[in-house]
Parts: sequence; C-alpha cells; structure tokens
Amino acid sequence: MSGGASTTTAEPGPVPPVYRTEDLAVFYGSFKAVRDVNLEIRQNEITAFIGPSGCGKSTVLRCFNRMNDLIESARVEGRLTYHGVDLYDRAVNPVEVRRRIGMVFQKPNPFPKSIYENIAYGPRLAGLARKGPEMDEIVENSLRAAALWDEVKDRLKASAFGLSGGQQQRLCIARALAVGPEVLLMDEPCSALDPIATGRIEDLMQQIKQDYTIIIVTHNMQQAARVSDHCAFFTTEVSEESDTRTGVLVEFDATQQMFSNPSDERTENYVTGRFG
Amino acid sequence: MTVPQPPTPPGLRVEDLAGNAARNRTEMVVRYALTGAAGMSVLISTAIIVVLLRDAVGFITTIRLGDLGDSIWNPRLGRFGVMSPILGTLWVTLVAVLVAGPIGLGAAVYLSEYASPRLRRIVKPVVEVLASIPSVVVGYFAIRFLAPEVVQRLFSGAPAKNLLVAGIAVGLLTIPLMTSVAEDALRAVPSSLREASYGLGAKKVTTVVRVVIPAAVSGLVAGLILSISRAIGETMVVFLAAGGVPTRPTSPLDGGTTITAAMAAVATGTDNVAGASNTFQSAFFLGLILFALTLSLNLVADRFVRRVRQKY
Ligand SMILES: Nc1ncnc2c1ncn2[C@@H]1O[C@H](COP(=O)(O)OP(=O)(O)O)[C@@H](O)[C@H]1O
Ligand SMILES: [Mg+2]
Repeated sequence: MSGGASTTTAEPGPVPPVYRTEDLAVFYGSFKAVRDVNLEIRQNEITAFIGPSGCGKSTVLRCFNRMNDLIESARVEGRLTYHGVDLYDRAVNPVEVRRRIGMVFQKPNPFPKSIYENIAYGPRLAGLARKGPEMDEIVENSLRAAALWDEVKDRLKASAFGLSGGQQQRLCIARALAVGPEVLLMDEPCSALDPIATGRIEDLMQQIKQDYTIIIVTHNMQQAARVSDHCAFFTTEVSEESDTRTGVLVEFDATQQMFSNPSDERTENYVTGRFG
Repeated sequence: MTVPQPPTPPGLRVEDLAGNAARNRTEMVVRYALTGAAGMSVLISTAIIVVLLRDAVGFITTIRLGDLGDSIWNPRLGRFGVMSPILGTLWVTLVAVLVAGPIGLGAAVYLSEYASPRLRRIVKPVVEVLASIPSVVVGYFAIRFLAPEVVQRLFSGAPAKNLLVAGIAVGLLTIPLMTSVAEDALRAVPSSLREASYGLGAKKVTTVVRVVIPAAVSGLVAGLILSISRAIGETMVVFLAAGGVPTRPTSPLDGGTTITAAMAAVATGTDNVAGASNTFQSAFFLGLILFALTLSLNLVADRFVRRVRQKY
C-alpha cells in the first residue's frame, strides 16, 4: 500500500470508498460522545480504530450498522454514507442494513443453541435457506471461512457453549459471515482471548479480507500495526464549556505512515506508548 | 518512609489475641437465637406433616379402599369418592393455567422486551396489585361478574357456579406470579444475545421469539409449574365459585368441588364436624394428596430454576 497521503479530507481514490463520514458526531442524550469523525473506509481493507478507552471507538463503529438505534438516547449528527447512500436516511431500514453489515462483539456471544443452529440462524432469517443440504452447505462454508470447520465438524449438534473462548469467537465470526455480508465490524474481538486464540483470529482476518471489508476496534496498538491497512486514532478532549470528555478523531492514515511518521503529536505519544 | 508501621509488641501473650470477651458472648447469643429460629421452622414443618399423616392414615384404616371409587364425595354421608374433588382440581387448574399462562407470559414479554423503563415502572406495580387482592374478594367477583357476565353469556344453560368460573378466577389470581417469574427469566437473558440477533439483521419479534424466549425456557417452565402449584392450592375462590357439587364433573361447565374446597367444607357449615370421626379425618387424607401434588411440583420447578442459574 503506497498511498501514504493523509486522507482526513475526502479524496477520491481509484475505487470509491465503502463508507465515508462527514463531520460525524454521536450524542447520548445531551452528552456528545464523539465528534469530528471524517474518514473513508476502503474496500477489501482492514481499518483499525485505536485510542484510549472511552474515546468513542465503539460508538462510531456501532453507527456503521445502525446498532446505535437500539440505544434510545443515541443520536447521530453529520453524514455517514455507505456506497454513497446516506445510512441515516429516513427511508433506510436498520434491519436491512444489518443483514449486509456483520458484527462481531467484544465478548463471544454464541446463542445457547447448537453449533449448527448458531450458524443457521442468520441465513434462515434472510431466507437464504431453511434446512437440508442447502443449509448444510452454508454452515460448512461459513465454518471453513472462519477456520473452525476441522475443529467442530464432528460435533455440529453439540452446544456452542462447550467451545473454548477462541472457538466461540470464531463461531461468532462464522455466524456473521453466514448471511453473506460485505462488511465485518469487529469491536475488540480479541480482548477476551489469550494470545494464541488472538493470533488465530488475526490470521483469519488476513485470509478473509480478499472477500470482505473489515473494521476492527482495538486498544492493542501492536494488533492494529499487525493487521490493519488504514488506521484511525481517536482520543478524548475535555470541552471548555461543559467540562465533559468528548471523543475526537485525531488522525486517519495508512497504518504504516501512522506508526512510522504520525502527523499529530498526540498520535505519536499514543503509538509510542507515552500516552497518559 | 510514609507508610505507618504496625507497633511490634515486645512480648505477645495468648490473651492479647483472645479478643473482647463481651463481644464474643454477643456473637454466641446471636448464633443460638438464629439456630433456634431455623430449628423452629424445621420443627413446625415436621409437626404439620406428622399430624397430617397420622389422621390421613387413621382415615384410611376406617374405610375399605373400594369406598374411594364412589362417584360422590360427601364425607358426612360416608361417601368418599375421591375422584370428584381430584377431577375438580384438575379442571380448575387447567383453566387457570390457560388463563394465567398466556396472559402472564405476554405481560412478562411486554415488560421485559417492549416497555420503556418509565412505562415498566408504571405497569409492573399495577400487575402486582392483582396479587394483593384477597382471594375471597376475587371469589365474590367471580360470582357477581364472571359467572353471569362472561361464562353464562358464552355458555347459556351453564349453572351459576361451575368449575370454569372458578378456574378463570383462580387464573386471574395466578397472573402476577406467572408474570413476575417469567419476567425474571426473560431479563436474565444477557443483552449480548439480543445484540447478536439484531446484528444479524433480525427484527424485534424474531429476536424475542427465536432467541430470548428459548434462552429463558427453563425459567418460563418454572413459572408455569409454580403457577400450577399456586392454582392447585387456591381454596377460597373455588370454595365460593365452584358450586360445591359432590358428583364427578364431566366438563368444566359442571359445578364441582376441588381438593381444597372439599377440605374447607368439612370444617364449615352449621353441622361442622370435629374430632376423630372419619368424616373429619377425611380432610387430612385430601390434605395429604394436595401436599404430595404441590410438593412434587415445587421440587420440579426448583430444578428448572436451578438450571437457569447454571447457564449464565
Ligand atoms: N449506551 C450509552 N449511554 C450513554 N453513554 C454511553 C453509552 N455507551 C457509551 N457511552 C459513553 O460514550 C463514550 C464513548 O464510549 P465508547 O464508544 O464505548 O468508547 P470506546 O469504545 O472507545 O471505549 C464514553 O464516555 C461512554 O461512557
Ligand atoms: Mg469499546
């Protein structure tokens, strides 16, 4: 990846971006959680959101599939487009958005159902298949894509709760992939996992990025440096008028550039570990 | 050095570590008092069971087992057809569960999944008010309103007092219990499961029906069993509204009696009986059946509740 120029300002790339945000800000009630988010997410890339906790990484990520709609107090300002379509347009149905944009959560959250049924849940909702060989195929392909097939193929009918934490997280990835999304949003998917399981997930991300666009929130800078192509660094600023901490996007750039030659002093302090 | 150092006593003796004698004594007294309270409740339970068993066995020895197959339960006339109150109990319980199950589950789903926190703070106490209405009041409500305005309109020719009326009224009384146990079960389902479902593009109804309710199923079953147990044990409503008819009911539209109402009847009325006659003892025999039923149901429910606790 040679395009090292800062893309904080919208700059048309060769391929149109998957997402583009313009002055995106999110409020919880009257509390402004994060503001000034201007970035572009490119196709078949891994974009990492990094920054100290509470700076609004999850909040921004959860805008990208309208998950924030589930929080009554949450409100969005600015513009967020997905392939040029305003995601917060009144005509957009969040349920439809979430079918196209998969999400993996911080803590593995398999359903209390069998491994097979965990995967089959989404495709059945989307009407991709009901059961039988068609569904079997979706289940197998999803588990293979998530590098879990060989470990579970003999116990598809067993409860998902019997899997290890790392296996459960890969099951959740497989479950998200089963509905055929274009984008995968991952909110600190490795924070509950040991280093070996973390390594597996990172390898997996590299494997599937040919087919998916991935955004990953991580508080682990080494992880961001290892896996991502682009990187967004957020931090919090105390606003003078109301004495509340609001997250801001400080810098958005190619990961290599960001880690070797950050343009903002705060980014430099953070990536070199001199933060707080 | 800013950390305070503990003083090191030059010669430490055993007495120094013995603690305050008065405080130790208080500790002992409290301990004995609590042990006594716990022992008392064990003692009382045992006493109840002993008395129940003694008179129930006393009753059985005075009759021929064939007497229990009689078609009529009227102990004052020496008719001990135990199937009459048992069938009555089954009908009343079935109707009550058909009323309280769906309404209680629906209310619980509404409170846990749909109502805003503000609305829940209003609706929940209203449901609980139903639990604080004395059952004798509900019994009169059944006679005055449910029987003429609901049941007899739907089924013309039904007697004014019947098992259906009693069952509906018992069901109303059971709604709060079903609602609160079911709501607890639904709220125990972690929100991460709901998020997983929404994240896959599920609608709210789908999430509730396919994820939340199945995840809560042990708790919901426990609620249902506790409701059944509650309905079986309800006395006053059926005593007032079921009709006290001694014959075997063939449908819920018949008047009838239940185990509990039949027990109450033995000790009431102008010719109430007391003492060691087998008429009086027959109530203990019914009581034993009732106790066995509710005890086994509660044990089963307890297992389901425990299964809920293990899961998350
Ligand atoms: N549901 C919510 N309601 C109110 N405030 C919230 C909610 N979720 C997050 N916040 C607040 O928004 C800010 C950003 O949170 P979050 O996006 O979770 O940060 P991060 O993921 O970077 O740690 C924090 O101050 C947090 O307390
Ligand atoms: Mg977060």
